[in-house]
Amino acid sequence: MFRHPLVIRVTHWVNAVCLLVLLMSGLQIFNAHPALYWGKVSTFDAPLLAMSSTEDDPPKGVTTVLGRTFDTNGVLGSSTGADGEAADRGFPAWATLPSDQDLTGGRSWHFFFAWTFVLNGLAYLLYGLVSGQLRFRVIPSRDQIRHFGASIWKHLTLRFPQGDEAKRYNVIQKLTYLVVLFVLLPVQVLAGLAMSPAMDAAFPFLLTLFDGRQSARTVHFVVAALLVLFVVVHVVLILLSGFRNKMRGMLTGWFVIERKVEPAVSAGGEPRS
Amino acid sequence: MSRLPNRRALLLGASANAAAAMLGGCDRLGNAEWFQRTLKTGEDANLFVQRLLLGKATLAPEYAEADISPWFKPNGTEDPPDKAYKALAKGKFAKYHLVVGGLVEAPLKLSLAELRQLPARTQITRHDCVEGWSAIGKWTGVPVAELLDLAKLKPQARYVVFHCADTMDQGSSLEGGEDDGEADEVPAGNANPSMTKQSGGDESKKDSGGQQAADDDAASGGTPVRFYESIDLVDAFHPQTILAYEMNGEALPVSNGAPLRLRVERNLGYKQAKYVMRIEVVESFANIGEGKGGYWEDQGYAWYAGI
Repeated sequence: MFRHPLVIRVTHWVNAVCLLVLLMSGLQIFNAHPALYWGKVSTFDAPLLAMSSTEDDPPKGVTTVLGRTFDTNGVLGSSTGADGEAADRGFPAWATLPSDQDLTGGRSWHFFFAWTFVLNGLAYLLYGLVSGQLRFRVIPSRDQIRHFGASIWKHLTLRFPQGDEAKRYNVIQKLTYLVVLFVLLPVQVLAGLAMSPAMDAAFPFLLTLFDGRQSARTVHFVVAALLVLFVVVHVVLILLSGFRNKMRGMLTGWFVIERKVEPAVSAGGEPRS
Repeated sequence: MSRLPNRRALLLGASANAAAAMLGGCDRLGNAEWFQRTLKTGEDANLFVQRLLLGKATLAPEYAEADISPWFKPNGTEDPPDKAYKALAKGKFAKYHLVVGGLVEAPLKLSLAELRQLPARTQITRHDCVEGWSAIGKWTGVPVAELLDLAKLKPQARYVVFHCADTMDQGSSLEGGEDDGEADEVPAGNANPSMTKQSGGDESKKDSGGQQAADDDAASGGTPVRFYESIDLVDAFHPQTILAYEMNGEALPVSNGAPLRLRVERNLGYKQAKYVMRIEVVESFANIGEGKGGYWEDQGYAWYAGI
């Protein structure tokens, strides 16, 4: 069955690259001041989250979340870089882009890929609306809403759909994509813009929306974490539900639909492709 | 079925290797000049689009007295090591003069008292450091537009350059006596405009220690590189662009840029030049410093700092 038109496949992979680069360059930018606050300004004495190193010799990396301090040595607060030396940094070198401490480098990557991400996302939305793909993909049909409970149960027991049911996304997939597409990603872009002093002058409502610039920065960080969670679950499900078939689907557009077999037989079985 | 875990293990191993290779590849890519130029188009787009969105007089948000931060985090230089500056500070800046020159019809030389007699503007605004933190302060000063109108720009004028008193680098001798750790790990080109890494009260001590060392080095030669910044005429004539001599209702403290600092709202902190000594109106900043329009710009930061 032909499942993914060219535009969807191209925008999917461009989006994947953008999200990875935005995440890693974002962590680089975060490392320049690895602390989060709520409100208009930074309340330096009372951060919501802070990564730092202790006064010990050698220093230990610690992370403070809502007043509680955790030992995160080696990963957060203090970690070893490419040169083998322990250094004070929020996120470790392997998670940031560029890997060395380089705020301006991180900003260059972040802004270029932010533009790419937004333009790519608009192309996807425009195509999705015009072609009807978006509606087909993300709006749950009436029968899906009726069988919501059963669908959740199937999902939790990792029973993947076969036959006609595999030709469309199930209700949980649709709701997840709806939330990601129309809540998380737009909020992420708006929170990013709210951190720009010039954008705050042009659109002061951005500050009202997020309760201040420092809250916007915190929201930007939390939504990034939620997007990472989404991508991790997405990739794990792809691996569990037949990696080659799904990968073929997103690379060539063609996708194999399993013949429907009795649930008792299929439970736990690997879908043959 | 038993094939599957192996295949997965293989995939996981392969992706770990691929990730490591990709990281190294990205760093190499990021150092290639053509790629850096490509990435910079993102920053050019920021300037272009934000200038479209912002009217010439669109104001940055202003805040209430109650919003003023109890501690306005000083940043970058907190106590200029330069002997000439120290002498001025010792005399409470009574001998200070702001010089306005370059592409102007009538160059100016104004004392602090004369600056205070010019029309003033007071504004409570938010200061956003490129690192990510913010603080709110109340500023009183003379609008830059006021000074430029007095000095009368020549038609070729395009940029306004602010030359500052504080030495950032000692020419050839790099990071002589610094031992607070931060400067040692960070290559000079990658330092952050605030040279501070964490919030807390102890860092001003560290910084002034480093600057004391810089002062000692000054005797050993090398051309000192002093802080400078530049803005275009759109920002220079913006109503909120002022040279502030007061912060939170009192004379500007040394740590925040006494006697005069630039406030160019709608821009990040590294544009807000402290210890301003001289204003130079130019057609191009290509021949100033390393030609990028400012001290931090010369270290790789974007000239446009609206985001």
